[in-house]
Amino acid sequence: MVIAIASGKGGTGKTTVATSLASVLGPNGRLLDCDVEEPNCHIFMNPELDTSVAVNLPVPVVDMEKCSLCGKCGEVCRFSAIVLIGDEVLTFPEMCHGCGGCSLLCPEKAIAEGSRLLGVVETGYSGAVEFVQGRLRVGEAMSPPLIKAVKEKIDPEKINILDAPPGASCPVITTVKGADFILMVTEPTPFGLHDLRIAVEAVSVLGAAMGVILNRSDIGTGDVERYCKERSLPLLMKIPHDRTIAEGYARGELLIDAAPQYRERFVDLSAHIAELVRQPGESYVEAAS
Amino acid sequence: MRIAVSAMGRDLDADLDPRFGRAMYFLILDPNGTIEEVIENSTNMNAMKGAGIQAGKILADKKVDVLLTGHCGPNAFKALNAAGIKVAVELSGTVREALERFKRTDVKFAGGPNVEGHW
Ligand code: SF4
Ligand code: SF4
Repeated sequence: MVIAIASGKGGTGKTTVATSLASVLGPNGRLLDCDVEEPNCHIFMNPELDTSVAVNLPVPVVDMEKCSLCGKCGEVCRFSAIVLIGDEVLTFPEMCHGCGGCSLLCPEKAIAEGSRLLGVVETGYSGAVEFVQGRLRVGEAMSPPLIKAVKEKIDPEKINILDAPPGASCPVITTVKGADFILMVTEPTPFGLHDLRIAVEAVSVLGAAMGVILNRSDIGTGDVERYCKERSLPLLMKIPHDRTIAEGYARGELLIDAAPQYRERFVDLSAHIAELVRQPGESYVEAAS
Repeated sequence: MRIAVSAMGRDLDADLDPRFGRAMYFLILDPNGTIEEVIENSTNMNAMKGAGIQAGKILADKKVDVLLTGHCGPNAFKALNAAGIKVAVELSGTVREALERFKRTDVKFAGGPNVEGHW
């Protein structure tokens, strides 16, 4: 099973939920941090990382000896990453998406495959929980291929928790695509609702079952809860604002360690999600707070 | 000599468009100020990325010798440079004024990009 944890905006407690949920699963769990621009699950999980594998993107390298200056490579590239200028083919490797179109079309077979480092995928253990994270190279802008490399570590035998990047853009979709369940973490504020709406609209086309966790549930308004009811989104947990939790977070502690009463609630949460995946279409349920 | 100017309109009294890659038009002039060609840059204007590269290619294909513009990013500069096009930057005012300044050699030629990407 694959459970993706997403949030419309950053700072809503997505990582807090992902790390605690993965931790209560023990040896059945695997946490994959797909927020490759700023992976931070490791702060709470303290994993021992024992492997690190570089992930590269194929980029074109042109052999001007063979090139006949036909310009086809530049015409096919949608990203202006290769272009014929005068009697030279210029490449802009940092703009290349690695589709291979140019080398496929080159009539002279003048384009070979070079590579651009996107980042690394690291794996290890945090206690009994298997831990995987992607780290995007500083200065690299293209995260989806690295996120896909992280997702190759999904173990179908286990419960895989994917921590998605914040927002609702391409890297988020890349992460949550194929998940059995998408768990949205949000706050009951107008901003929270606004961003939740956008994120729900963006991922609902994927057709996965969804649920919502309300963090700092005692601040703000009831609008998020009303929205969940309207959309038949099950509200699976409320986490009221609590100094012990905030202080634990600041020290890099898991929520279930800073506030041990949550351990059982996260166990229940995983069971509830498993049920919703088995029986989609369950309507709104009221979460105990 | 063929001189390209990034412009907001189609004649000499139009304002120079400070953005190179996303300029509205390119006017190709001879040193006397005769307009030899007006190129609409509409596809690049709205391009997400690579506008400067494509604009550079257009000018390279048109066998331009000099470009008068405002800002030029690194990728555009690389393309223009490969085509042997000299790039005068930080110009403003009308197309006519830019041409006059160029003829007085009162312009600054870029030895590299003068802005980060996205122009
Ligand atoms: S591999 Fe694709 S994106 Fe990269 S330069 Fe070739 S055509 Fe463009
Ligand atoms: S497609 Fe091949 S032969 Fe044609 S310009 Fe590009 S590299 Fe040269």
